[in-house]
Amino acid sequence: MAVDSLAGNAAVVAGGEMVTLEVFRYRPEEETEPVYQAYEVPVHKDWVVLDALNHIKDHLDGTLSFRWSCRMGVCGSCGMMVNGDATLTCATFVESLLPGPIRVGPLENFPVVRDLIIEMNDFMEKLESVKPWIIRDEEKSLEDGAYLQTPAQLADFKQFSMCINCLLCYAACPVYGLEPSFTGPAVIALAQRYNLDSRDQGAGERNAILNTDEGIWQCTLVGECSVVCPKDVDPAAAIQRYKVSSTLQWYQKLLMPWSGK
Amino acid sequence: MEMLSHDILIVGGGGAGLRAAIAVAEIDPSLNVAVVSKVYPMRSHTVSAEGGAAAVIGPDDSLDDHAYDTISGGDWLPDQDAVEAFVKEAPRELLQMEHWGCPWSRQPDGSVAVRSFGGMKIERTWFASDKTGFHMLHTLFQTSLKYDPIQRYDEWFVTKLLVDDGRCQGVVAIDLATGKVHGIRAKAVIVCTGGCGKVFPFTTNANIKNGDGMALAYRAGVPLKDMEFVQYHPTGLPFTGILITEATRSEGGHLLNKDGYRYLQDYDLGTPEPQPVLRSMELGPRDRLSQAFVKEQEKGRTLQGPYGDYVNLDIRHLGEKIINSKLPFVRELCLKYENIDPVKELIPVRPVVHYMMGGIHTDILGATPLEGLFAAGEVACVSINGANRLGSNSLTELLVFGARVGRAAAEYASRQKGNGAAVAAQAAEEVERIERQYLSGGGKGDKMVDIRQGMHAAMESGAGIYRSKASLQKSAQEISNLQDRIPGIRLDDSSQTFNTELVAAIELSYMLDVAEAIIASASQRTESRGSHQRTDYPDRDDNDFLAHSLAVRKPGAAPTIEYLPVTITRWPPGERVYGR
Repeated sequence: MAVDSLAGNAAVVAGGEMVTLEVFRYRPEEETEPVYQAYEVPVHKDWVVLDALNHIKDHLDGTLSFRWSCRMGVCGSCGMMVNGDATLTCATFVESLLPGPIRVGPLENFPVVRDLIIEMNDFMEKLESVKPWIIRDEEKSLEDGAYLQTPAQLADFKQFSMCINCLLCYAACPVYGLEPSFTGPAVIALAQRYNLDSRDQGAGERNAILNTDEGIWQCTLVGECSVVCPKDVDPAAAIQRYKVSSTLQWYQKLLMPWSGK
Repeated sequence: MEMLSHDILIVGGGGAGLRAAIAVAEIDPSLNVAVVSKVYPMRSHTVSAEGGAAAVIGPDDSLDDHAYDTISGGDWLPDQDAVEAFVKEAPRELLQMEHWGCPWSRQPDGSVAVRSFGGMKIERTWFASDKTGFHMLHTLFQTSLKYDPIQRYDEWFVTKLLVDDGRCQGVVAIDLATGKVHGIRAKAVIVCTGGCGKVFPFTTNANIKNGDGMALAYRAGVPLKDMEFVQYHPTGLPFTGILITEATRSEGGHLLNKDGYRYLQDYDLGTPEPQPVLRSMELGPRDRLSQAFVKEQEKGRTLQGPYGDYVNLDIRHLGEKIINSKLPFVRELCLKYENIDPVKELIPVRPVVHYMMGGIHTDILGATPLEGLFAAGEVACVSINGANRLGSNSLTELLVFGARVGRAAAEYASRQKGNGAAVAAQAAEEVERIERQYLSGGGKGDKMVDIRQGMHAAMESGAGIYRSKASLQKSAQEISNLQDRIPGIRLDDSSQTFNTELVAAIELSYMLDVAEAIIASASQRTESRGSHQRTDYPDRDDNDFLAHSLAVRKPGAAPTIEYLPVTITRWPPGERVYGR
């Protein structure tokens, strides 16, 4: 996006109004404990919190570190805690947080690499663990053309395919905070995205991974994941649906042990 | 120094890089392939593409029609053998994405739906509502996880290509989390780092689009091809530059000047009809629409806003149902970032830098003139896009040429033995250079933001939609002055751990090299063709310039520009006709 270099010309809300950002700082080579550092930033009508952070980086303190890329809410890089809420900083307007101060920290429930940058290896491993790809008993060859999938069949899983992996739901999830082994909202929603895809036959394989305490059963249905999700993926619904279908499968197996997967 | 080692190393984990990685893993699972990306792959800029991906699917369509639209859209600069290969392999690649789970939008009977797009005379653009790039990227990334041979270096940033004995044999990269600089050997290197929109101030491109791969290849002596061709997309939101997809117009949106008049009718783009007409008016090509905006601005018929002049995009008449089903992301972006609801209100838009037609010079397989170095996607110039890319050809391009380059590199790598000792010494030298140039505190005190804004000003004023000898000369001088200031950059941050300031400084040096190539190529091309419009040479000149420019770097001086004839197979150069 173009914001950084146009910032100097941006329309100012009130002449010279400033706001204080209190930003979480942690540099492992310099600090043993995190500190909050205050920066005074001009108030611009069109600025989001990410623009304010970039202003700090460009003009006040080049050492402040954070991830960002698309500035249009689709790459999933810039999730942080803003005044205690997990949010995409590219979609949170400074004006909505006045008069401040605005407190910006790294996403909760993750180890901090530095400043606002969290360590996300755990999430990446979990994402891979649920086999998020189409699994078929028999692959159809390309020569046989496309799978038919009606708009209604597409709608069955489309919502769960909208996740941008921004990790806000992990920062908001009290269970993940206490039990880091919990698979967590986004990854369960992703597993459901494939389970519910009419082209996929891998639900049984994924069930072996997910139908465990760490998988889905640790979820206590607090529902914060769906509240903070910027893309309306509704992971809580995915988990609930998964629990219901797993329970049904369990009963089915109990009553009809010959009934396959 | 200790070196990591792979058979094939892919730089960049966006659509092209991931498609290439899968192609390698499928063709020869014994090859050890790794993807190095400065961001986690699903953050790559492919994620932002909205409208769709073109490939012939319907019985009323033909490969020749897709080829003709692409070639005429590119103002006869595309290489026609490359375009023919592209349109032929396109349907299979999109079908492959379907089998991998891409949630393509569907017809009621369950078959894949297509929509119309600018410059295309038949509906052939496959789409996943208006988040096609997002769904393609996540599908590719998730699918790539099932291939064991594919390894990843996430958040590693490449600073140099290792070249010895006339062959590219690896890279040097910083592991951002630790700050440790590593040499990585490879028998073949594939560059898939995307474009360089961030050399301009007003762009749809993400922060990571800094021309990294273009500069890496350019510094290794590989020519950059057709760099003067920079695409302005006609409809970006003012201030943020957020893209409002062309699909708004294929669904029937209108562009209106300050009088509410569909001004495109004044620019040889057809006559206004209530329903969208293919290859006409709002469904004309992007270069012509962006140029029409400038002409309209000169006539004083645009509107003035706090972030420059704009026109209005009107989609209100499509109704809430169509907007929600076909253009939900457009509505979300307008509501979140402009505080307007396009169901009821006009969308302010202006032309915005979007895409590089030019890039690393490759052949039809993705091989560059430097043995062992390959490229695909926006970073490369094959060329199928010529002087102006058609919307929805780029997502298809990264699949077709990503797959091609993966196969070509696999074939090449399987013939190579190990590489020489010289690359380890080069890698050690690069580690020392980074430390000395950026982290030793030796800078004289230039702030990066000043250099970056200087570059932006030079590019916008001198190398924008319309250029001239005078404007380009002035910008060339400014860019050269800014390059001289790079060694004096002062970094606040000397930390090893995730030093984003160091990355930004190296990216800035990449962007200045790319800017230099854009300006030099634009200066030498004394004609107007597609997106390259010279006010001092307003006509196309097929006698002298039916040719690709090749910018070759000369350290300390302006690059030299050579020319390579365009490959013409079946479509002799003709007039670009839209709306008549």
